[in-house]
Amino acid sequence: MFWGTVVYAVINSVSLTLVALGFNLTFGISGVANFAYGAFYIGAAFLCWIFLNTLHLPYLLSVVIAVLTTTGVGALIYRTVLVRVRGQALSEVIATFGIGLAILELFRYLGFIGFEYTLPVFVDKSFMIAGAFVDMQRIFIVIIGAALVTGLWLFTHYTSLGLAFRGIAQDERTALTFGMNSDWIATLSVSFGAGLAAIASTVIIPLGTISVSEGYDVLIRALAVCIVGGLGSTGGVILASFVIGFAERFTDTYVSTHWTMIVSLAALLIVLIVKPSGLFGKQKELEERI
Amino acid sequence: MNARPLLQVSQLRKAFGGVQAINQVSFDVSSGELLGIIGPNGSGKTTIVNLITGFVKPTSGEVIYKGTNITSWAPHRIVRLGVARTFQMVKPFYQLPAYKNMIIPLYSPRVKGLAGGKYGDRNAVALDLLEDVGFERDSFVAYKVASVLPQGYLKRLELAKAIALQPDLLILDELFSGLSLAEVASMVPIIEKLRQEGKTIIMIEHRLKELFRIADRILVLNYGTKIAEGAAEQVMENDAVKNAYLGTEA
Amino acid sequence: MKKRKERIDRGIKARSGDIFTVCSWREMTYLAFPRLLPIVGCLLLPLILSGYWQKVLLSVAVFALLAISWDILAQSSMVSLGQALFFGMGAYVAGVFNHYFGWSPFVTIPLATVLGGAFCTLLLLPVLRLRGIYFAMVTLIIPLMLVRVIEASKIFGGTEGISGLSPLPSAWVEVYVAVAALLAALFGFRRMMDSDYGLVLKGINDNDRSVMNAGINIYWYKVQALFISSAIGAFAGALMTHVYMFVGMPVFALDYSILPIAAAVVGGPGTLAGATLGAFILVPLSELLRGIGGLRIVFYGLFLVIFIVALPEGLFHYIQRKYFQFERLVEVEK
Repeated sequence: MFWGTVVYAVINSVSLTLVALGFNLTFGISGVANFAYGAFYIGAAFLCWIFLNTLHLPYLLSVVIAVLTTTGVGALIYRTVLVRVRGQALSEVIATFGIGLAILELFRYLGFIGFEYTLPVFVDKSFMIAGAFVDMQRIFIVIIGAALVTGLWLFTHYTSLGLAFRGIAQDERTALTFGMNSDWIATLSVSFGAGLAAIASTVIIPLGTISVSEGYDVLIRALAVCIVGGLGSTGGVILASFVIGFAERFTDTYVSTHWTMIVSLAALLIVLIVKPSGLFGKQKELEERI
Repeated sequence: MNARPLLQVSQLRKAFGGVQAINQVSFDVSSGELLGIIGPNGSGKTTIVNLITGFVKPTSGEVIYKGTNITSWAPHRIVRLGVARTFQMVKPFYQLPAYKNMIIPLYSPRVKGLAGGKYGDRNAVALDLLEDVGFERDSFVAYKVASVLPQGYLKRLELAKAIALQPDLLILDELFSGLSLAEVASMVPIIEKLRQEGKTIIMIEHRLKELFRIADRILVLNYGTKIAEGAAEQVMENDAVKNAYLGTEA
Repeated sequence: MKKRKERIDRGIKARSGDIFTVCSWREMTYLAFPRLLPIVGCLLLPLILSGYWQKVLLSVAVFALLAISWDILAQSSMVSLGQALFFGMGAYVAGVFNHYFGWSPFVTIPLATVLGGAFCTLLLLPVLRLRGIYFAMVTLIIPLMLVRVIEASKIFGGTEGISGLSPLPSAWVEVYVAVAALLAALFGFRRMMDSDYGLVLKGINDNDRSVMNAGINIYWYKVQALFISSAIGAFAGALMTHVYMFVGMPVFALDYSILPIAAAVVGGPGTLAGATLGAFILVPLSELLRGIGGLRIVFYGLFLVIFIVALPEGLFHYIQRKYFQFERLVEVEK
């Protein structure tokens, strides 16, 4: 049972990382806290479902189009709404929150509720690992999660666009003087974040059903992981996902299922008291160049 | 003059990541004197001010003010002991008129304590203080919103906000920067008056000519280290100082 | 001939800006009217409305209180996405004291106001030292997490909540207590924010290092603003507990967090009157739109976005501007 729990914990942690990665990217680069993140996550899944069941496109194609569409929508939202309120924290938060709300509740209103809204798994097989049944989809989550993290690392360290991302993240003013277009980079950061949400959703959603309340849950979990790990730090997000992921899984197995959310809440509160900027947080307490 | 210096800075060190911004800096400031701190850009002058006033915590070293160890204290507690500073990049409340800007320092516990728990009309006090620093009363400049004021007035506002706290130690970070010669000349009498009132002043400056006229002592920083200290003429003859400012021949 | 738009004070506004106003009924009415209208209106409305619409007025007052609470926090540099936390905390404290100790609503409501405010402040204390965005995130998450906690641990009635709580003496008392609280909060806290104390809070929003530099402990002032706001929210929650005679997980619902923000944004952030105006518009609107069900929230979301982007000053400022000034086209001088 112990090793089985460990296996599930690893899978849980990686899926948390997947979920939080997009939000972390957007915030780390352009400082935009995208509260519509949950909406992108669920929206991508619904889009994929529509492509699959209404338009009868092949599965892989549906996934790809859904991801690309979500990325596009992210860019669109930045261009039409966010660019007008950039820099005013209050307005950014409210605007993204409002958009996310509108999208999610629109799906709920249009009747996308029910058990028939599921996405099929990629490959229907299971394995026995360390005494626990692990289905292929969960293995996919781990593989894709690892691939995304590695890919992101390579991207931000070895491509010029990725380096531009890091430049803007570290010091926007200086990056501007180097000719980096901060608006363009911000558009990209929001859309990449949305795209990552879409990828995460198409991989994780097949494990269950697509439900609108999941959209809010996803936002909560992404926020919790990012706060614990430190906003803007990929390493922190990974570490935090593992901490929370393991804590949740072990609580689930050895205590009870209902307490897992309490564990997340407790982790959040402890981190806020002990090290408020997160495990690897770069946000110092109000410290900046005077 | 007191036997004990008003401010004692000893062995201050501050590292930001890998950069040693301040390296073993020590100096004393006696009550009633005007100390000038100069040095090339990046030598750590503003960091020293931040370390003394609590906006940045030192890696090691001590700051002792009036016999109390104020190292690592929060800025507002240090202000309450009687230390006030201005910011190099002025920080007015842009949305408010100039005299409303003054209400906030006048609301602080320090002023309340000195006034015996009661205030007069804060608006009137604000207008008086602004007049002292050069906001002409009959031109109603004090009523203008801070976002429309030019740099000269903003610097004066910054100074007024510091004076409002009735400090014993006043630290002015590049007060003269960005001002014309006439504006600087008009601010020197204000500083002279502060000295006559018995205040101790530390001035970080780039404009050496103006500073040397009013300073008692000069301290020179370069790359976070103190390289000279003494009267103005002595300091400028110092080889290390000349190298720091003018560079050496290859 | 090129023209530009010019805005100038109305004649009557200019005339009523001085002490001589007290000599003229016209000018005094001009100044008093905007203040008397809500007071008289709110006090008379319960008498002319039917029972159903009285409940709506009650709801308006409650959401207006939550919106005012949000606005006070926003003016003090804290953006809260979780008014439901304050509401729910007050609701549960009142409900628990009433159910387990049997205390009357006249005791539980004040108690819940103070204790609820205190609990929320303590809970959010660690976040005050961080950047604003953390505050927003944490206030968003905590009520949603608390719902799960209650569901899991089954305390205080768990999923079913606590029912059968004591009501207030009559529907009239309910409505008038709510309305009176609203008017007191609106005028009282407007006064507070206009005073020097409020100036310090607004200064923290504007430039917190400058305020620190003025020898003021910004964290202590933020704590005070947080306590005041959460107490207002807790009062609203406690009141509703006794109106519904029930408290349960729904008190932490997202609705209680979103509608106040929408009301404040639509009405105009930065003035408590705007928040109230927004509540007076949105709550009856949402009642009228009840037929369209979930689409309501979609509209709130869209409203939020449209107003914050296109009309950030809000309706109240717009109306205020029209009341005090008029516009005209003038020639551009050479």
